[in-house]
Amino acid sequence: MSYVTHVLQKLFGYSTEKATQLMLDVHNKGRAVVSNGTREKAELDVFRLHEYGLWATMQKDS
Amino acid sequence: MLFNRRFKTKRNGVVETRITDDERLLLAGLIGQLRELVLSTSPEGMVDPSLRRLYPTAYVDDTEHEMKYQRLMRDQLLERRLSHLDVVETTLDDHELNQENLNSWIMTINDLRLVLGTHLDVSENEEPSFSEDNDPQQHQSAVYHYLSHLLGELVEVASN
Repeated sequence: MSYVTHVLQKLFGYSTEKATQLMLDVHNKGRAVVSNGTREKAELDVFRLHEYGLWATMQKDS
Repeated sequence: MLFNRRFKTKRNGVVETRITDDERLLLAGLIGQLRELVLSTSPEGMVDPSLRRLYPTAYVDDTEHEMKYQRLMRDQLLERRLSHLDVVETTLDDHELNQENLNSWIMTINDLRLVLGTHLDVSENEEPSFSEDNDPQQHQSAVYHYLSHLLGELVEVASN
């Protein structure tokens, strides 16, 4: 299991399958939406990912 | 080099570690260097270029919120990083780790890998290549490979 998959599972409780798919999206497409919600929630999620050294950014849904 | 696994989960969930003295020495040195680097970063000031992976941008297209985020969060990130570093340092000679300490190990080894990788100019999914001649980067590349491998083993044991 990759580090990214591990972190996504740990932080968001995703199944191995879902976390692996997201990891592959990041790998292949350069990005993946790993979480969404209010600004406050998104900011906290971004912080938790930053704590793990993952390059997470926030974006408004268009 | 050992080919046996360095970490093994025991029945009670505690993780048994088998790391050689050389590895402990290497990690202790790297942790000391990382602490110094991280502490040299002031909340308002510039981040050392090799640390840029540790303080990513949160808002790509919103400067105002980005500044606010960095102001509020950088200190917290720094605090967390230091506390994980402390855990690894104090448990470096232990032969067993609990799950919480294991997590600090994972985060710290990844931090070390990110910083060294940035220094070596390695992109996310690329492995640095070994050169034939004995240049100073070769040692760092070897350490980078070692950290990647160690992280893989840590993640493996944490996911079981």
